[in-house]
Amino acid sequence: MNSQTTIGLDEVAHMAQLSRLKVSQDEQARFATQFGDILNYMNILQEVDVRGVEPLYSPAEHNCATRIDAANNVRSHKDALCNAPKADEQYFIVPKIV
Amino acid sequence: MSELYYQSLSELTLALQSKALSVTEVVTVCLNRIKTLEPKLGALLTLNEEAALQEAQALDAAGPDKSKPLWGVPVTIKDIILTKGLKTTCASKMLANFVPPYDAFVTEKIRQSGAIILGKANLDEFAMGSTTENSSFHPAHNPWNLNCVPGGSSGGSAVAVASGECFASLGTDTGGSIRQPAALCGCVGLKPTYGRVSRYGVIAYGSSLDQVGPMARSVEDVARVLQVIAGHDGRDATSDTRPVPDYLAQLKSLPSLDGVRLGIPKEFFGEGLSPDVSNLCHQALKACEEDGAILVPVSLPHTHAAIATYYIIAMAEASSNLARYDGVRYGYRSQETSDLQELYVNSRTEGLGQEVKRRIMLGAFVLSSGYYDAYFRRAAQVRRIIRDEYVAALNECDALFCPVSPLTAWPIGSHADDPLAMYLMDAYTLSLNLAGLPGLSLPVGLSSEGLPVGMQLIGQAFVEEELLKIGYRLEQILPSIGHPQI
Repeated sequence: MNSQTTIGLDEVAHMAQLSRLKVSQDEQARFATQFGDILNYMNILQEVDVRGVEPLYSPAEHNCATRIDAANNVRSHKDALCNAPKADEQYFIVPKIV
Repeated sequence: MSELYYQSLSELTLALQSKALSVTEVVTVCLNRIKTLEPKLGALLTLNEEAALQEAQALDAAGPDKSKPLWGVPVTIKDIILTKGLKTTCASKMLANFVPPYDAFVTEKIRQSGAIILGKANLDEFAMGSTTENSSFHPAHNPWNLNCVPGGSSGGSAVAVASGECFASLGTDTGGSIRQPAALCGCVGLKPTYGRVSRYGVIAYGSSLDQVGPMARSVEDVARVLQVIAGHDGRDATSDTRPVPDYLAQLKSLPSLDGVRLGIPKEFFGEGLSPDVSNLCHQALKACEEDGAILVPVSLPHTHAAIATYYIIAMAEASSNLARYDGVRYGYRSQETSDLQELYVNSRTEGLGQEVKRRIMLGAFVLSSGYYDAYFRRAAQVRRIIRDEYVAALNECDALFCPVSPLTAWPIGSHADDPLAMYLMDAYTLSLNLAGLPGLSLPVGLSSEGLPVGMQLIGQAFVEEELLKIGYRLEQILPSIGHPQI
């Protein structure tokens, strides 16, 4: 990575593909400029000396509480399906897969 | 005596418990206030009028219950927190019709405490924003100046509290989303320590950063709500098991700030702080000194790297968390689909807003092969450095005391096309979330333009009671800002 990051239209398309999003040509151009600005700003981190520093992925460093390994908090079929865009009484329904 | 809707939650509770006021009376006053003001403010997305009135009548019929600390108190809840049977939209077209089949932990607690939920508060879509302009439905307006933003992302909660639509609200804070709107709207907001309040049933944005907290019009009111929502919950693996202290017992125990050591991080008082905010913050520091506080200069040298660190981590977590919106199990589904891939892509493309897409795509990028180490892993390393600096600074004092926002509320629309400029406004709030520490934002005065300025007290992990104690004393010695003229 160099100090001047630029983002091309093809990279925006790749990021959209990874994110399962579609971007119009207009959006592609706008996002390319904005992402370039944002990622350039983030290059500030390259100046920080991180040698020997363990990453901190969560501030929760306490021991997790444990419980008996028994099923609880079970949702009914009705509850699980109640917000589905398309469902019958048993299943979520999606377009044909194969 | 002030108007009923501007009474403190503490005063209101006394009146309700003694039957000087009925719950129905209080709920009706708030609902009327909401109906009068909402066309101007846009603080709420869903009104729970019928159920609220029914609950009020049921409470009145049963009579006051001293075991319920918020008995009959009208509240609102940020629309990112699940409320069983009451629409929860996250201010997104994606969840425009989502009715949760269960309550979040904090909603359960709020209901058990006897509070009445009046409605769901507006926010930036999926809590991504600092202005509440990114709501897919309508922006919220600052009650002190309707042309200005209320801050965000819990902007609706701050507006509802500051304007007397309710007595308290629950917000969430991922990078300042409770403290900053509280500061910009002139109310009090607490971001608790990560793990103090369960995230069960809170729609995830940045899971290692998100935390629910109370917003109200005084430190005591905030303490009362925190008492209700704090505590362990086995359904959130990051929820902490240590006991919850009695926040009210010690609240008023400081007769002065005599001997209290307040750490002043020099990085928060430099370039970028507007003269108006700077003046009021310095006046507040002077008032603290006159009350006996010892101001201790401290340094947080990596503050300049906090914004980049935060946004890399928040975007990475967002891209992962928001992968669940696929148009299959809940949420928006595109009608233009011939196969499953298209269903995913079109539902997400049509259902999510611009800022959300930006963060998901950048998050996918910083996690992608070839960039993970340079961005995500490095950000997590800098996160540890920043956290350690906070811990070191807090070893030299009782709490840090610093500004919340570099500016007072700004005009709606002023940063619409420049997301980076918007991110830079979060400079003073987001490092707290990286470190997982608690922060209490409270008003310290009004600017020359009549807009509120807030400062935040930052403490060690799990010592919210210390922040509340100092905050309570600050409230006694700082001038009151009164209420907005709407």
